[in-house]
Amino acid sequence: MIFQPAIIALLLASAVSVAMLAAAAPFAFQIIRQWDISSGSERQLQLERRTYLFSTLAVFVMATQLLALLLFVFNADKMSEMFVGAMCAVGTLNVNPWGFPALIAQMAVFFLAAGWLAVNHVDTRAPDYPLVRIKYAAMLVLLPAVAAVLWLQLQYFLNLRADVITSCCGSLFSEDTKGLTGDMAALSPVPAMIGFYTSLAIAFATAAFHAQTKRGGYWVAATSIAAFVAAIAGIIAFVSLYLYEHPHHHCPFCILKPEYDWQGYWLYVPLFAATACGIGAGAVQPFRNVESLKNVIPPVSARLAAIAAAGFLIFALIATVFVVRSNLILVE
Amino acid sequence: MNAWFTKQRRLIDFTLASLLRRKGRNLGLLAVYALLVFVLASAMLYAHALRREAAIILEGAPEVVLQRLVAGRHDLIPPGHLERIGRVRGVQEMRGRLWGYYYDPVVKANYTFLVPPDNGIAKGTLVVGPALARERGMSENTGISFRSYSGELFSFVVADVLPQASELASADLVLINEEDFRAFFAYPAGHYTDIALSVANPAEVRNIAIKLSKQLPDSRPILREEMQRTYASLFDWREGIMLALLSASILAFAILAWEKASGLSADEKREIGILKAIGWETGDVIKMKLWEGGLISLTAFLLGFVGAYLHVFKFGAPLFAPVLKGWAVLYPRFDLVPVIDGLQVATLFFFTVFPYMAAVLVPIWRAAVTDPDAVMRS
Repeated sequence: MIFQPAIIALLLASAVSVAMLAAAAPFAFQIIRQWDISSGSERQLQLERRTYLFSTLAVFVMATQLLALLLFVFNADKMSEMFVGAMCAVGTLNVNPWGFPALIAQMAVFFLAAGWLAVNHVDTRAPDYPLVRIKYAAMLVLLPAVAAVLWLQLQYFLNLRADVITSCCGSLFSEDTKGLTGDMAALSPVPAMIGFYTSLAIAFATAAFHAQTKRGGYWVAATSIAAFVAAIAGIIAFVSLYLYEHPHHHCPFCILKPEYDWQGYWLYVPLFAATACGIGAGAVQPFRNVESLKNVIPPVSARLAAIAAAGFLIFALIATVFVVRSNLILVE
Repeated sequence: MNAWFTKQRRLIDFTLASLLRRKGRNLGLLAVYALLVFVLASAMLYAHALRREAAIILEGAPEVVLQRLVAGRHDLIPPGHLERIGRVRGVQEMRGRLWGYYYDPVVKANYTFLVPPDNGIAKGTLVVGPALARERGMSENTGISFRSYSGELFSFVVADVLPQASELASADLVLINEEDFRAFFAYPAGHYTDIALSVANPAEVRNIAIKLSKQLPDSRPILREEMQRTYASLFDWREGIMLALLSASILAFAILAWEKASGLSADEKREIGILKAIGWETGDVIKMKLWEGGLISLTAFLLGFVGAYLHVFKFGAPLFAPVLKGWAVLYPRFDLVPVIDGLQVATLFFFTVFPYMAAVLVPIWRAAVTDPDAVMRS
């Protein structure tokens, strides 16, 4: 199965990312130990020059990870026709036990990368690079995460066997299934809707509040993450039902299929973008009292919060449009 | 936000002007880059179009085909077999099919003889596929004789030639009357080649197959979805092998890009030196250079992709067809339906732009950190 073009591309992207971060790792150690902005020594000068290279490399890697998530899901959905029993990405990811861990790891790296990019962005705007050490330490933490993604993807793709009968989304996301997915599916529509819209409204309000007043930055990240979870639960519990116009089909992946006009991307792209921006706004908060960042962080995190607020609003509006336009009646 | 856009626009302006100042050099890179995209995109577009064609054709196939096996080999369905299956719940229609292969020593090719379901061919006549008609120079009302496997000569009149539009499925097809078929192949009376079943509910297909194999242990059910999956994997695999072979060229291209980007001319060095002397920061130079890479990538990607689209869908992909579609003596001539698939474009992007950008990062940085005075003094 490894000779699928998209699989080769994904493995290539992951392998290059790991190689780049690994190449940057010795330099990161050097920075953490020897960085001294006040020194004018030859070594410091060299370090400063090298940070340009490794920051660019890191930005490149993180941007790649953001794109790779999209390609991974897209590919999983496309490959479903090759497995007996698979009807959408769920079946493909269920072919062996590595599929869902690989997806979740890729999503985790996506959000970590978003946080890292936000920190990097504010750091490069201060004249004395106050966060250089923290940034590179974080990069050292990200290296094993990206390597784990590569390893999980390798395990997953190498163990894809076409003769395995996999289970489709109908069995994973059904009211009778034991476990988290089943519980989400079994949520009755009215409480699910209340939870969905409340958490989105809170996330929107916190983000908008922060964008205006520049206060409560940590809350933006916290409410964004909560809204993300609630949004996914809401999609499983009721949005998908309205999209499929079917009272028992809860799958959050089938909405990505061309049969449903790729409507899922309209939901997921704003949701992921908003959550990433919310996390970014939170990630820069610990540094807002650093002397040289006092004037840099507030506008940046306010802008990130504004994007997050807009993203959640767009997501809620699109979900509402899908629900209103649907011919299914769940709530009288 | 506005200031950011203005800055990027100015950078793009500057980059374009600087690219145009060194036309020959950049056009060379652009040509190689576009060629790479063209080759990869041709392979991918062609494979995808074939996959779709196969899927369209198989949509008309029966949901389940039942073959009888003797010692693991395909054997004829004996009389009474159809009745033994009886009524299976969920099966709309069940009928025995008659078809076989005939080797024609004249054109050294195999024909597929088939009795259509309604047996609507008059006795003594044939309806032939377009590729076959072309090879043997047949048209309506021409006579043709075939020597059967028993050595006897049979003469037929061609009643019709199948339309060109169906050629992918019917290139080597010969439609024949049931009686003629049985006489020509000395087919035992009451026997059939296999059994086709049509099933209305796709969710029931597997259950019906399980029931059939329990009821008739000597038979093997073949599902349509299995065939579709096999074809999809086959074309994917061919495409993947092709790309794996071409990955050597991606690597070569990455090395070329690295070389190109690191071999700065004295002119370029001076330009960077002057820019830094008048106040550009290292970060700005890196941005400018990244824009340069991005613009070249985008142009090459568009040129290569459009070229590949024309190559595959206008000219029939003469460069890749033999590898990707396989071959046969009576190979159908067909036009592919143009399709572009989002996943493919994304994959292609990862195959071309990603290695290029990865390869030029280090040289870009090396160029950007040069000291202005060092450059100008040399």
